[in-house]
Amino acid sequence: MKRVYVYKAFERFWHWSQASLIIFLALTGFEVHGSYHIFGFEKAAEFHRTASWLLIGLIIFAIFWHFTTGEWKQYVPTTKQLKAQIMYYLYGMFKGKPHPTEKTQLSKLNPLQRITYFGFKVILVPITIISGILYMLYKTIDQNDLIVIEEYPLASIAFWHVLGAILLMIFLVVHVYMTTTGTTPTSNIKAMMTGYEEIDEEEHHSSPEKDNNQKDIV
Amino acid sequence: MAQNKPSENPQNTMYRNLFLVLIAVIAALILVNVFHQEDNFNFKLEELKREYAIQESPSVQHFKLQALNRVFKTPQEVTEACLTCHTETHKEIMASSHWNWERAAYVEGRGISSSGKKNVMNNFCLGTSSNEQTCAKCHIGFGMTNNHFDFENARNVDCMVCHDNSEEYLKGASMAGYPDRSVNLEEVAQHVGLPMKSNCGSCHFFSGGGNNVKHGDLEKAQLSCSREVDVHMGANGMNMECVACHTAENHQILGKLYSVSPDNNNRVTCEQCHTGTPHLSDVINRHSSKVSCQACHIPVFAKVNSTKMSWKWSDAGKLKEGKPFSEEDSLGNDRYLSIKGSFKWARNVKPDYIWFNGTAEIYLLGDTIKSIPVQMNKLNGSYKDKASKIIPVKIHVGDQIYDKVYNRLIQPKLYSENEGDSAFWKDFNWDEASKAGMAKVGLPFSGKFGFVETEMFWPVNHMVSPKEQTVTCAECHTRVNGRLEKLTGFYLPGRDRHIALDTVGYWAFIFTLLGVIGHAVVRITVSIRKDRYEKQIISYDEDKPTE
Repeated sequence: MKRVYVYKAFERFWHWSQASLIIFLALTGFEVHGSYHIFGFEKAAEFHRTASWLLIGLIIFAIFWHFTTGEWKQYVPTTKQLKAQIMYYLYGMFKGKPHPTEKTQLSKLNPLQRITYFGFKVILVPITIISGILYMLYKTIDQNDLIVIEEYPLASIAFWHVLGAILLMIFLVVHVYMTTTGTTPTSNIKAMMTGYEEIDEEEHHSSPEKDNNQKDIV
Repeated sequence: MAQNKPSENPQNTMYRNLFLVLIAVIAALILVNVFHQEDNFNFKLEELKREYAIQESPSVQHFKLQALNRVFKTPQEVTEACLTCHTETHKEIMASSHWNWERAAYVEGRGISSSGKKNVMNNFCLGTSSNEQTCAKCHIGFGMTNNHFDFENARNVDCMVCHDNSEEYLKGASMAGYPDRSVNLEEVAQHVGLPMKSNCGSCHFFSGGGNNVKHGDLEKAQLSCSREVDVHMGANGMNMECVACHTAENHQILGKLYSVSPDNNNRVTCEQCHTGTPHLSDVINRHSSKVSCQACHIPVFAKVNSTKMSWKWSDAGKLKEGKPFSEEDSLGNDRYLSIKGSFKWARNVKPDYIWFNGTAEIYLLGDTIKSIPVQMNKLNGSYKDKASKIIPVKIHVGDQIYDKVYNRLIQPKLYSENEGDSAFWKDFNWDEASKAGMAKVGLPFSGKFGFVETEMFWPVNHMVSPKEQTVTCAECHTRVNGRLEKLTGFYLPGRDRHIALDTVGYWAFIFTLLGVIGHAVVRITVSIRKDRYEKQIISYDEDKPTE
């Protein structure tokens, strides 16, 4: 076993605040949608609005971080070993086979994660946030007022927003479950909390050259 | 590497500290926002309250005037006395709809047409034609006995009905607009001033033949009520007079009723005082592009006394032993009158809600029936129409007599002092009453009549509740049984949803959960099996020597 520093402080802060905001937004959002009653419509709508601004702020920070640190490169999708990764989850892991890809600070995501998170960041979150902003600013205008967002029916805006929300909830379920597939069931979550992940040495099949590289960073 | 570490550590600590400070600042900002209570001081509202709290004292005391310190034999003499000082005022009055009982307006599809009590039909006592003798109780003139009233005679203007401040003046029943014989004209003439609630209310509270019959939001209780009943007129509130909002430059009173006036000008609006953005919350202010103020601020109407919700003329004319009779409901409201038919009353009524753009189509005498139920005053509007807002209305339903051949509503003669004069209220003969009424208005009558369903719309504008009792968000934004349940054709968050998306989404979520659980079960089973297998081998090895 060795300790690898995988998630930096901002990354962890971003991850957990985004997670709690998304869960809170889902809780209030589906109440606004009429699915259940917890806070009451008025409070739910108010909380949803406040949380949405916080999330937008957070995401602006995160985008900035991704580009200034070059971390965005980690999310560029690749098909290399993608099949191997899928086969691992469907078959290999039951046989006790090792992870087909290695987790390092320079490459912390496996190909399946890359493609999933890329979709999450580039399609799912933008759909939800853009439709959410349209929803929030939606205004049907008086005769004499300026028209901002009016001709586009609210029903369609709501459709995209709810679609995004449902997909996010599905993502949440799978994502939380997948965290248990690390070296130990809790090693991934611990890593996201402390930044360091315990990784089995045996699992490594990398060149010594790469190993050196890694130690330097640690 | 070993050298690097100590030099890196202080830097890391610095970054960490900076980062913690940043988080602390953000957290503090969030907490301030969450726990900060916006003080509820609505400056606009306080300013209005101050403005309307000031009571002006009159600049003239009429009892000190020589011209009024005399004996008046007829009410016309009082009017003449008024005109000695207010020399031109009769011209203003005679240009008003209170006097003319009609007003010209442009109506889509009809062009410029005059409408008013002279020629509209309503869902209550039907119409004034041929019944002027009794209907003129609410005309600001004297001696309107039939439709040949002289609208040019200034002597017949009734100044007192609006300006009496002694609360003494009273128009006589079926006296063509003349005051009751008990009225002390000298007393009234010497105590005139700006119209009070009791002046306007003498007609507007009792229209339709009794208190609160027609409007539902205007009734005698408002002469002295609490803020809960009417936040503007409440005696323990602003105690405002009608004319505070219904201002009247040159006797042209602001505000009209959609039973008689179809167009959208000279209306009283909430915005004229409260502006278009009266709330502290922007979200609520933005609602006003599609929702009228009244829709939220008048949660119920007829808060004190009942209002009439239904009137079936088809039931009228039943007699007991040849005599008309009446029945009352538990609250003392007429349930049945032989002369009028059967009624339904209601108190604390939740209004209906409709889209309304401020224009109406009013059924005028002689119009052909286009749809059933006949809409006595169709209120125009739709979600798509930018001028339309959701307004609360009282919908008064019922049925009326109509001509089956000409397909139009009949104006029957209802009132007469004597029997045998074709009046329905004396003779209970629809055929005769229809013949006489239609002859009076100059329309043919085929002799074949029936009863047709009718409805009439009464926008609810008064009886505004205190803000604490406003309709809450969830009363409309709810899946079922919301106030706007019947108002479809637009997306209302909390009520509407894309059912296919919701269903597919729900099942996709459930299947994902099941998939994840299935995967976990397989993993656990495999690992338990592997575990056991390993243990078996160990125990096998351990057992071996003993065997």
